[in-house]
Amino acid sequence: MPLDTHFTNQKFKQVGTRPLRPDGVDKVTGRAKYGADYNAPGQLIALVLRSPHAHARIKKIDTSKAEKLAGVKAIITSADLPDLTAGDRGMRDMLENCMARKKVLYDGHAVAAVAAIDQTTARKALKLIQVDYEILPHVTDVDEALKPSAPVIHNDIFTEGVEPTPTKPSNNNKRASFGHGDIEQGFRDADIIVEHTYKTEQTHQGYIEPHACVANVSPDGQGELWVCTQGHFVYRNQCAALLGMDISKLRVTASEIGGGFGGKTHIWTEPLALALSRKANRPVKLTMSREEVFRCSGPTSSTSIDMKIGAKRDGTITAAHGVLRYHGGAFPATWAEFGAMTAFACYDLKNVKSESIEVIVNRPKTAAYRAPSAPMAAFAVESAVDELAKKIGMDPVELRIKNAAKQGTQSSYGPVYGPIGIGATLEAAKNHAHMKAPLGKNQGRGMACGFWFNFGGQTCCDINVTPDGTVTVAVGTIDVGGSRASIGLMAAEELGISYDNVRVVIADTSSLGHNDMTDGSRGTFSTGLATIAAARNAIKVLCARAAKMWDIPEDAVVWEDGHAKPAGTNAGNFPPLSIKEIAAAAGNTGGPIAGHNELVADGAGVSFATHICDIEVDPETGRSTVKRYTVIQDAGKAVHPTYVEGQYQGGAAQGIGWALNEEYIYGKDGRLQNAGFLDYRIPVCSDLPFIDTMILEIPNPNHPYGVRGVGETSIVPPLAAVANAMSNAVGIRLTHIPMSPPRVLKAISARKH
Amino acid sequence: MRYEAPETLKSAVTLLAKEKGLAFVLAGGTDLLVKMKGGFLEPDLVVDIKRIKGVFDITKSATGFRIGAAVPGVALGENAALVKAWPGVVEGANLIGSKQVQGRCTMVGNLCNGSPAADGVPALIAGNAKVVISGPKGKRTIPVEQVPVSPGRISLKKGEIIEAILLPKRPANSSDAYLRFIPRTEMDIAVVSAAVNLTLDGKGTVKDARVVLGAVAPTIIVVPAAAKALIGSKLDAAALEKLAAACSAACKPIDDKRGTIEFRTKVAGVLARRAAEIAYKRAGGK
Repeated sequence: MPLDTHFTNQKFKQVGTRPLRPDGVDKVTGRAKYGADYNAPGQLIALVLRSPHAHARIKKIDTSKAEKLAGVKAIITSADLPDLTAGDRGMRDMLENCMARKKVLYDGHAVAAVAAIDQTTARKALKLIQVDYEILPHVTDVDEALKPSAPVIHNDIFTEGVEPTPTKPSNNNKRASFGHGDIEQGFRDADIIVEHTYKTEQTHQGYIEPHACVANVSPDGQGELWVCTQGHFVYRNQCAALLGMDISKLRVTASEIGGGFGGKTHIWTEPLALALSRKANRPVKLTMSREEVFRCSGPTSSTSIDMKIGAKRDGTITAAHGVLRYHGGAFPATWAEFGAMTAFACYDLKNVKSESIEVIVNRPKTAAYRAPSAPMAAFAVESAVDELAKKIGMDPVELRIKNAAKQGTQSSYGPVYGPIGIGATLEAAKNHAHMKAPLGKNQGRGMACGFWFNFGGQTCCDINVTPDGTVTVAVGTIDVGGSRASIGLMAAEELGISYDNVRVVIADTSSLGHNDMTDGSRGTFSTGLATIAAARNAIKVLCARAAKMWDIPEDAVVWEDGHAKPAGTNAGNFPPLSIKEIAAAAGNTGGPIAGHNELVADGAGVSFATHICDIEVDPETGRSTVKRYTVIQDAGKAVHPTYVEGQYQGGAAQGIGWALNEEYIYGKDGRLQNAGFLDYRIPVCSDLPFIDTMILEIPNPNHPYGVRGVGETSIVPPLAAVANAMSNAVGIRLTHIPMSPPRVLKAISARKH
Repeated sequence: MRYEAPETLKSAVTLLAKEKGLAFVLAGGTDLLVKMKGGFLEPDLVVDIKRIKGVFDITKSATGFRIGAAVPGVALGENAALVKAWPGVVEGANLIGSKQVQGRCTMVGNLCNGSPAADGVPALIAGNAKVVISGPKGKRTIPVEQVPVSPGRISLKKGEIIEAILLPKRPANSSDAYLRFIPRTEMDIAVVSAAVNLTLDGKGTVKDARVVLGAVAPTIIVVPAAAKALIGSKLDAAALEKLAAACSAACKPIDDKRGTIEFRTKVAGVLARRAAEIAYKRAGGK
């Protein structure tokens, strides 16, 4: 039965309630097993030797002394990881990122790894490995890397997307352009034009749990990996490919996850742990330190964005043009493209052009970070829109309402929108009590909008009815934000049983078909679709079994409120059979009862949000405090409102940290200066106000309950919302994120003089 | 690595003096253990001083307060007499780390880190505090400001242990205050800090003052010109302006990940001014 994904506007019994999450008690009592909580009998401890240089040629690696140290069981270098990627640039880059081959490309790039009987021995062994480097000139700044004088990091990168293809290699791997209309004409039609260059510094997702895994490869070629990840199937596929294993022979079990936010969407040290285990013939545990997480996992890009927006005096935007430069770290990537696609998505624009320039620098390989690339683009666009409103003398909310995209609008990145929520979030913001609250001395208020695509992807689900009539649901998407509760609610809703009678688990990679990772806010949307379909398939089986028990035709049975009932009086006069009764009889009616589904979840509804921020600035120190913050976002349908609110608050908290204090600071030597939570300043609890949330529900027509992804959009507006509030508080437009006290004080002092 | 927990100062000193490798004193451990776990320090000997008699005592006498080397931050905050006499000293020490860290961290440990940004130290220096040092050659007492030498280095010799901090008896109408700048609200290290210790006459005129700045030079610095700006004043706007200017002029900061030269220089004056106002009020000034 193909799943009818059309929105049904049904009345819910379970969906929309707020039961406890199934992983909650284990997490607050310390029972939950995270990556580093796994241990295997006889396991070795692995450590990675990392480059102290930003850019250098590896002349020689001498591991002989380390190998002789008692307790060392295996040492690997790139020689132990032959290139099996057969021309797949993406996989080759991943391999090279896991372990440097001819050159080290950033401070922290792995050059060798050791497995020893304990940490102390492994540490000693690292010190005994001698690496001869030929230091090369480096570049860590996104604008510097594009200059003709910059050292070229890869000599086989020729800019894609320009005609003709350049003959000289450069640090610009790709350019692209999106939009429609005629911006030249649009700017001629404008009465007022705002134009600035905006910069944002590199930030890290800041997940509390460092990457950790235990790898165990047997001499028969089978392997197991216990790992903290956002996508164990993806890790399995990538590790198997890099190590030359059959995918079926590598079984990956995902741990609980202490945060990922995009940073755990592809592999870092896992192939090293597997290669060490294979070489040592022992289980190997590899845990990154916090310093390693900062230096060599996958933070997001730093950016430099030229933004130009023009409008009529009545507030109609006539043209918008952005040029977005994002770096992908030391490898080619397409993060600027995401920025260019999302930049103007909130608005209905006649003339729009956004151009992306991808940049390679000597920094760690950039990974996704919650609505990757969108927050920086929104910072530039929403700052310019705010300034435009000021120049016109129009309320910034009204200006946005006037230009907001709606159903039927052709988006700046191509597609025509279905029903969307940007207008509704703006109207809600306009009428929100927060907007009308008085402001104190040295305080300012700002607002901003944000967009994210959302994603669906490959998903499958197994539902099993146990002999006592309770139900297990096995899914393959990692639960990063309460999705097990939401999936449990959807299964309970379909089956007509209590949420307490449904147990949702994340199955290992040998127990289900391939599932894409939890990214693109797809967990609850796509796994929800598969779960609803699997439940409907299980209901078919349950009805068939009831039919058998009653000895009537299968199509004469209907399922209502967790019971099989005869379809009508003609079908027979039988009392309803509960799921418990049908399950108890299963051994005599055809065996275990299950429902299965696999699908590619299409039609993830796009998502919009509007945020409001109040900030207070100390004019003598530049120190700022967010006093009040409100998130208004369209959820389509909030399956578990508490966890939807949690996503709204979490994204806002991360965005506020990014806006105010978080940044990667590289020294002139190309080394990261602040690889720790002391000097990489994420906000602590006392830094933030309670973040107020408002859930709007504009149903996604492509989901039976109307669900849209909610996890990412909440990080898109904060950079701009905070910047707009700050600009209103101090009377100066700040164009460089983070707006740390030294930057703010400098701007205030510059105005005074 | 060897771990020793002697019960007398003498044996602690002997252990440290005899060790040929890298030796460290362990009190609260909030710095040492973190550095060891992070692989930044690999000591050959750790001498835990917490079993030594008196190290947890805060005693008040005719000459002032004696604070044992292992007294944790939280115990300072719970000692009403100490808080009343030296509120600036206590508020500085209580800013170190977090609630959990406060249960272990000590002022002596904070001092022996040799950090120019140590929160526990500027108010001690402003208060003319001294340290009692036990070593292979006996005991000596030196002013707190003579302990740090340069970032991460202190003047103690091999085998020496600071056993206690001495805070002098307060004249009437005296108080102190400490302020630090951090971008966050807690769990951070001072970008700039200022401690001010004041004694007023009966009419609210500043009789005596000492102004100390942290994180603006290789060591915590005393700023006599800033104190001079306050003495004889009732903390009027002109005196405060002069104080701020003197503090900014005394700064020799660096640009680093925590702040710029420009920022530190400006904010040092702002904090000193604000700390002076707090200390003045606490000392009974109006």
